[in-house]
Amino acid sequence: MIRSAPLALRLSSRRLSSSISSQCSAFNGKGRLQSELCSKALTSLRGPSNRHFSSSTLHDISTVDIDSDSRIYAGDVPLPLTTDCTIFEADDIPTGKYPVFRVMDENGVIRDDAKGPQYIDPELNEEHAVKMFRTMSRLNVMDNIFLNAQRQGRISFYMSSQGEEAVHIGSASALDNKDVIFAQYRETGVLMWRGFTMSQFADQCFSNSGDLGKGRQMPVHYGSRALNFHTISSPLTTQLPQAAGAAYAMKMEAIRNGSNRAAGVTVCYFGDGAASEGDFHAAMNIAATMDAPIIFFCRNNGFAISTPVADQYRGDGIASRAKGYGMASIRVDGNDLFAVNAATARAKELALSENRPVLIETMSYRVGHHSTSDDSTRYRSTEEIKKWDNEDNPIDRFRRFCEAKGWLDEERVQTIRDEEKINVLQALESAEKKGPPALATMFDDVYKEKTPELERQEAKLLEHVAKYPERYTGPGH
Amino acid sequence: MNLFTAINEGMRTAMQTDPTAITFGEDVAFGGVFRCSVGLREEFGADRVFNTPLCEQGIAGFGIGYAAMGGTAIAEIQFADYIFPAFDQLVNEAAKFRYRSGNQWNCGGLTVRTPCGAVGHGGHYHSQSPEAYFTHTPGLKVVMPRGPVDAKGLLLASIRSPDPVIFMEPKVLYRAAVEDVPDEDYEIELGKGEIMRQGTDVTVVGWGGQLRVLEKACDLAEQNGISCELIDLKTLAPWDVEIVTESVMKTGKLVVSHEAPLTGGFAAEISSTIQEECFLSLEAPVQRVCGADTPFPLVFEKYYVPDDLKNFEAIKKVMNY
Ligand SMILES: Cc1ncc(C[n+]2csc(CCOP(=O)(O)OP(=O)(O)O)c2C)c(N)n1
Ligand SMILES: [Mg+2]
Repeated sequence: MIRSAPLALRLSSRRLSSSISSQCSAFNGKGRLQSELCSKALTSLRGPSNRHFSSSTLHDISTVDIDSDSRIYAGDVPLPLTTDCTIFEADDIPTGKYPVFRVMDENGVIRDDAKGPQYIDPELNEEHAVKMFRTMSRLNVMDNIFLNAQRQGRISFYMSSQGEEAVHIGSASALDNKDVIFAQYRETGVLMWRGFTMSQFADQCFSNSGDLGKGRQMPVHYGSRALNFHTISSPLTTQLPQAAGAAYAMKMEAIRNGSNRAAGVTVCYFGDGAASEGDFHAAMNIAATMDAPIIFFCRNNGFAISTPVADQYRGDGIASRAKGYGMASIRVDGNDLFAVNAATARAKELALSENRPVLIETMSYRVGHHSTSDDSTRYRSTEEIKKWDNEDNPIDRFRRFCEAKGWLDEERVQTIRDEEKINVLQALESAEKKGPPALATMFDDVYKEKTPELERQEAKLLEHVAKYPERYTGPGH
Repeated sequence: MNLFTAINEGMRTAMQTDPTAITFGEDVAFGGVFRCSVGLREEFGADRVFNTPLCEQGIAGFGIGYAAMGGTAIAEIQFADYIFPAFDQLVNEAAKFRYRSGNQWNCGGLTVRTPCGAVGHGGHYHSQSPEAYFTHTPGLKVVMPRGPVDAKGLLLASIRSPDPVIFMEPKVLYRAAVEDVPDEDYEIELGKGEIMRQGTDVTVVGWGGQLRVLEKACDLAEQNGISCELIDLKTLAPWDVEIVTESVMKTGKLVVSHEAPLTGGFAAEISSTIQEECFLSLEAPVQRVCGADTPFPLVFEKYYVPDDLKNFEAIKKVMNY
């Protein structure tokens, strides 16, 4: 169990040996990923004024090497760390534990052998970095305020993302809004990065007339056609095979238009628990056999409600399963924004340029309770939670990086948080004032056209409500 | 004792009296998200009370196999809304295990417990009452208790039943319903309904959490001089046709109510059977008061559910027909 695990980096003598290097060079022999992908990987991290980037500075894959460091993540198993952003082909996954790609350590320091531009764009500018920091902060501030609002009974339910902010922002910042998102529910930051406004979040959680989902679903079940973000559905893992179909549709559309490259990649997020469902297998296999340009993005945060990953699987996490599906994969330190970003950007380029799926597994920790219905101290210690929050907080990691660059200091950080707090509070207050959607909308959208039976039921309901107006006031919850 | 504690007691009794009994499902080890399995792992050990990977089809299939080898499997599906990944295992496998083997094999030791029904803030996927999907499946028994005493007795009967049982627990009652639950080991016979209150004018039929609503509706009717006979079916498959026909022969009027959507709901089955059995006694068309034919809408729950007033109106309608 993670409970007993020391969190600090563990120095291990397990230098991953020659077998890895040789496998990696064999992989390199195919010459596929490095040459084409690296330059693409970076554009996403560049600020608005990015310049074209020379591929001559690219990292040479023949040096693929696994650090002597290892680290404990979910499952209490030390995992080797690597600074190589290698997307492993199914046949090239190193023997032993699947290594974790990371660029930046807990102190926000870029690891010596990860200074190359394929990890962090030399053009990464202050504006862009601060935007990423601000978005992570906004997410965190919103989580705290919405959790409070739930406690006060102002909203019925909430799910926070604490501890996974870098997974959200790191991946979202490697994508653009032409890419299609299928999410599970704990990917709020992805939607935030894409431009979902604070009012849109608040309106959904308050089920008011501004909610794009018309107040029909529980809080956090966001969705936005405009932002290419499919509406969240509570039943787990159902989105995975759907995402494979969506990716295939995008590929076919490109082919019909005489191109071999889909207009965007489909990215499908899911949890370590969700990966146990039958739909996981269904999705992996159909995406692989149909050569769908998709990223399957597993957020391994150690828990599915109370169930630790030790009860969830006996294998080496999720990324290792890619081998069985003949799929490319990479495992990433989820608290490292740069690593998540680089891996996502590369996976996107691979999926789109070669029309095939990639599986990403990010390793992090669910710092918050599962939801407002959960008290996680029933199944894990407060010390364990605090330890992760204090010693490896993804926002702090990135903040330290920015501070070292001189882009952030204590005062600016405070200002950002204060500004975001005002933002969130304003959205909350105005959401609270908006009324519920009109009762007449209850029978809409079951089908495109209301059926005669639905019309009959609607008329009957309205007649009944008119008869007892004092009983039927306001929304139903 | 409240309902979740009664369920807990029922499982404890079952496990004490049957060394093959195991309890499992998502998050069951720490007590379950509704606290139904609290303390069982400590008492019976991790081999008999355990978390499964997050996979309902796995849970159901595993339970079928365990039961097919003679064991007693008490499986939990965390929410009835999430039973559908297990649908194939339950409908095509558990239900037909005995029949297809010519009674060589069976999985009667399987009980699938699952919380169902509206709670005020569940929206689409934490509110559904999917009983009718299972009553439509020959080979499965379907049970839904209305309170703690019944919950323990019906659960023990379900666990010990020689047939697979879908045991649906109205989650709104987990904490809300409190009754004196006997300590001893007792069973309430499956397939038998109960007349909760005697009456002469209208027969009102329901099950599970809906009975609390129907009691209110019957009170309203009573205040208006209408005498209702309220029946709790308890088991939906097989259901107690006799208790309802006898009552309708007497009253000549029937109102059936459930939270699940109207179309294809179990009320249709009851209504149809009563029309066949009691045609000449009926004095008014049978009324169904059910959920609307829409997905369960979070913000309109109050309007969606077949509440006491809608039932009261239906009762008046059959009276004034
Ligand atoms: C099919 C299905 N089964 C069960 C649930 C109940 N449930 C909701 S979230 C959850 C845990 C999911 O864990 P994970 O996939 O690791 O995601 P995380 O919450 O850690 O982000 C469970 C069991 C569900 N929503 N859908
Ligand atoms: Mg998880």
